[in-house]
Amino acid sequence: MLDLINVRKTFNPRTVNERVALDHINLHLNDGDFVTIIGGNGAGKSTILNAIAGVWPVDEGSIIIDGNDVTNLPEHRRAAFLGRVFQDPMTGTAASMQIEENLALARRRGERRTLRLGITRAEREEYRERLKTLGLGLEDRMTAKVGLLSGGQRQALTLLMATLKKPKLLLLDEHTAALDPHTAAKVLQLSDQIVRENGLMTMMVTHNMRDAIAYGNRLIMMHAGNIILDISGEDKKKLTVPDLMEAFARASGGEFNSDRALLG
Amino acid sequence: MNLSSLLSAMPGAIAQGLIWGIMAIGVYITYKVLDVADLTVDGTMATGGVVCVALMVNGVPLWVALLCAVLAGMLAGLLTGVFHTFMGIPAILSGILTQFSLYSINLWIMGFKSNMAINVTRYHLLVSGRNVKKLAFSNPIFVVAVAIVLLILVLYWFFGTERGCALRATGANPAMARAMGINTARSKILGLMISNGIVALSSALFTQYQGAADVNMGRGAIVIGLAAVIISEVAFSAIFHNFGFKLLGVALGAVIYYMVIQVVLWLKLNPLMLKLFSAMVVALFLAIPYWKEKLAAHVSRKGGSKHA
Repeated sequence: MLDLINVRKTFNPRTVNERVALDHINLHLNDGDFVTIIGGNGAGKSTILNAIAGVWPVDEGSIIIDGNDVTNLPEHRRAAFLGRVFQDPMTGTAASMQIEENLALARRRGERRTLRLGITRAEREEYRERLKTLGLGLEDRMTAKVGLLSGGQRQALTLLMATLKKPKLLLLDEHTAALDPHTAAKVLQLSDQIVRENGLMTMMVTHNMRDAIAYGNRLIMMHAGNIILDISGEDKKKLTVPDLMEAFARASGGEFNSDRALLG
Repeated sequence: MNLSSLLSAMPGAIAQGLIWGIMAIGVYITYKVLDVADLTVDGTMATGGVVCVALMVNGVPLWVALLCAVLAGMLAGLLTGVFHTFMGIPAILSGILTQFSLYSINLWIMGFKSNMAINVTRYHLLVSGRNVKKLAFSNPIFVVAVAIVLLILVLYWFFGTERGCALRATGANPAMARAMGINTARSKILGLMISNGIVALSSALFTQYQGAADVNMGRGAIVIGLAAVIISEVAFSAIFHNFGFKLLGVALGAVIYYMVIQVVLWLKLNPLMLKLFSAMVVALFLAIPYWKEKLAAHVSRKGGSKHA
């Protein structure tokens, strides 16, 4: 379960650039919920994920993951609950370290780092099996540096790393936006498969309305730091892109002015 | 300018190079593994020796004095780490602040004298310049080579542990490291402590080698350390891929540096101009990867237009 209670975040407070990125957000997610999040540029989609991940502290409100109030925990302490995949394929992995070393880091997410071996023989076998499920042939390149992989391969690896140790909540922050359409579709499919197989509570930010409709059991639309639409269950299944456009125009009182959203 | 005078100076150059190689390994840990340019080392490169000599002339046994020197270096690293992580000061400035304060501390330890001698005939020392041409186990080249191998073995083990991997991840990609639950601030502090502990060890050995500690002996140490790291990359990157061998390459890089310096001195360059010479060489080699990248971009642009 995830609860955001009255969460507020202002960037550049008390300056001319002051911007309310999250305007007293309230959100409740049940275990196994797969929520897609859409909205124009600067709507607060990624901000909500960063607030949960603890990239910076929020101004007001509480963030509760599975009954644990994490509002005042630093980013690395919240990592115990969270699997994260980022928009930039470079962000989620350590380029100068081997594939298996990256996986070993992910296997120990949220655990105390001791003076035991950083990667064991038994782990390697497990990683080999897990990498096979990606179907990218990475199981034969386990000692290769991650920097040698393509963007799509890195995102697939990051996805595997984020879920290697089952997270309470998986945060996907436009994780296919930097990939070519074909690779993006594959990574998205893989994400869906992993989420379903593990019954993961997931929040996925996307710019693509069709993806937002096709995946998950709940859809949230954001605008100017507010949640302006929240559709789940049967209603979501019936949703179409024109429905979303109209809902946006109504709720925001204006045109949906992001061309990237229009292109979706 | 006869060749025999150059050759007779070489054992000394090699011994010094090896001792500074330990220091360069320390620099490698911050500069390459942790991705921090740590200027603390200019201070630590004196502190280690100052502590070691001050303790030994007061009757403290060699090994205890060496241990204390290392601990003093680690404390200096801790201070820089606290400046950087807890107080939010940029890494370079944090190092400069520590280095600056170490100057006073070093003087204070030596009773406000700028140097302090330790005589090999009166004290039991691990290494001494006097033995550099002896064919014996007490030859500093042999002693320091053994020390380097032991140090590399320990570091190789450590950077393979969970904590060591966390440290490497912190240097490679801090955002990713935090997402993996790694306390990057603590990792950085630990890395700075390890690095400066190693540098202090090098300093302690160097004071014994030259028979005196001097408050200025660390000045410009970072440049020599970087030079060794860069030389090792140029000379050995094609053959050394394993982490342990890379560290060995860095130590050898320092040896090459000192041998080159010896040749330059032999060519009658004014020794006072050495620092300028070293700095220019380091600057040049630091620029090479940047130029390579620009050149590659230039070539691919040209190549691309040909096919368009």
